[in-house]
Amino acid sequence: MTSYAYRKFKDRLFFILSLGCVIVAVLPLMSILIEVIARGAPRLSIQFITQPAGVIGQSAGGIGPAIQGTLILIGLTSLIGIPLGVMSGIYLAEYGNNKYADTMRMFNNVLTEFPSIVVGITVSVVVVLALGHYSPFAGAIALAFILIPIVARTTEESLKLVPNSVREASLALGAHRWRTTISVVLPTAKAGLVTGTLLAVARIAGETAPLIMTILGNQYFFQGFNQPMDALPLRIWRDALQPYSNFQAQGWGAALVLILIVLSLNIGVRVASRGQIRK
Amino acid sequence: MAAIPEDKNYDHFTPISGQGSALTAYNLFTGSLPVLQRFGTYFFIGTQWNPVPTQLNPVIFGALPYLLGTLVTSGIALLIGVPLSLGIAIFLVEMAPRALRVPISYLVELLAAVPSVIYGLWGVFVFRFWISDYIEKPLSTYFGWFPAFSGTPLGLDVLTAGIILAIMIIPTVSSVSREVIQAVPNSIREGAYSIGATKWEVIRNWVLGYGRSGIFGAVILGLGRAIGETMAVTMVIGNATGPAAIPTSLFKPGQTMSSLIANGFLEATPGSLEYSAFLGVGLLLLLLGLSINVIAQVMVTRVLKVKGGAVE
Repeated sequence: MTSYAYRKFKDRLFFILSLGCVIVAVLPLMSILIEVIARGAPRLSIQFITQPAGVIGQSAGGIGPAIQGTLILIGLTSLIGIPLGVMSGIYLAEYGNNKYADTMRMFNNVLTEFPSIVVGITVSVVVVLALGHYSPFAGAIALAFILIPIVARTTEESLKLVPNSVREASLALGAHRWRTTISVVLPTAKAGLVTGTLLAVARIAGETAPLIMTILGNQYFFQGFNQPMDALPLRIWRDALQPYSNFQAQGWGAALVLILIVLSLNIGVRVASRGQIRK
Repeated sequence: MAAIPEDKNYDHFTPISGQGSALTAYNLFTGSLPVLQRFGTYFFIGTQWNPVPTQLNPVIFGALPYLLGTLVTSGIALLIGVPLSLGIAIFLVEMAPRALRVPISYLVELLAAVPSVIYGLWGVFVFRFWISDYIEKPLSTYFGWFPAFSGTPLGLDVLTAGIILAIMIIPTVSSVSREVIQAVPNSIREGAYSIGATKWEVIRNWVLGYGRSGIFGAVILGLGRAIGETMAVTMVIGNATGPAAIPTSLFKPGQTMSSLIANGFLEATPGSLEYSAFLGVGLLLLLLGLSINVIAQVMVTRVLKVKGGAVE
């Protein structure tokens, strides 16, 4: 039997080690935030966020098209993905007490962890090849692929938190199931629903891999729904690979804008929903 | 769970996720048939990757180096990321002062919110130099004779990709294992404390033992994430192709399946054998990711169900 002092020492040592783990994990986050702000902030200006990209060798210009593209993508994806995701979630939570729904739930969980590049090549084969051109539409479908399972899952989880007595009260008043779901269950679960959906949107806003083979990226502002389009993550990727320092700086500026969009969505939602939902 | 009796009339609210998975698998499979028929098993065990025929080299596609690249980088990610994540999870559940728990878990979850491409950007311009200056150069100076440490320590290689992946899987692994550890009943802890165990002994001998299968599931879930991760890896791994991409050394440029697709897919002509080869690599990646995920789902849900679904 080892002595009490030794056991006590091991206990302290382990406390320090696990605290060390936290510090090691937070270090990259801090470094990323500091570098992105330090290298990106000097680039920020009205021109930078509104002008199209410049010519190689001269000025790098701005990232206006990329910001516009990302906003279009977020909008289109939400339009496609949120209704489908919410309805899937409603089905799973309200009518999902059967074998079929269990299978779907499993597929849904698996799809949440799908490699996003695989989604990209699938949509490339199914949509881009079929239509014959890269398009914002294809990009939005690819992102919706990623958005739907997340939204479905959070919808299901927040609907399940609604007490059954609320449903029963509505049914007892003679309301139909659909009326109960729309007028009673959904409003009750609203806070969790909105939080989960916005977090999912924040996640897809930074998604890059599926965009490479769906919207392709270009230098110009929105050209139409049958033309390639730029997006912030794509612009960052392309700029980072350029050997010109002003393009690399532009990449950092774009990274700052992207991280501002993503983190403000993320932190804002969490702060706003604090205390309203569990956890 | 809404225990309202089921109503068959509402089955048209079918979740489309199932169709999504099936669609992906079907398309990748039919798309990769040409290359599978042409090269057969060579596609899985071969190392050559040559889309443009020359007099010396015919068109040939073997995906082995990229499969190995994926496995090696994900392996490094697990080796580094899992102990860190477990430390974080244990710290958050068992040790941290109550006031610190929420802020720390927020910070760790923010790691998951940072877009992959920004990890890549940071990897190329910042992290790469940390790795090459403080880890690779000393190792290559003193242990350069060791095969895994041979090569030029430039920082754009398998090791950097693996470490970036380790950082990226920390939020997944730590949050799932945190939930698993939270699901361990308090009576078990109380029993152990009452016979005089220290906190560390309680964690090591009882808590981790009880949550073993769930933590294993968390690790597998992290592995799934590491395998599918694309952008950050693509930017730091150095993008070798053909036999050069076999990860024989940590300090050598490599290639994973996902980075191969991200780099080359646009250059392949639709309908060509090369296009089909990329779809084949995608199929391989999908199958690997799917099987890993199904295992993880089963293991995690089994543990969390113990507490009657209190933790989801």
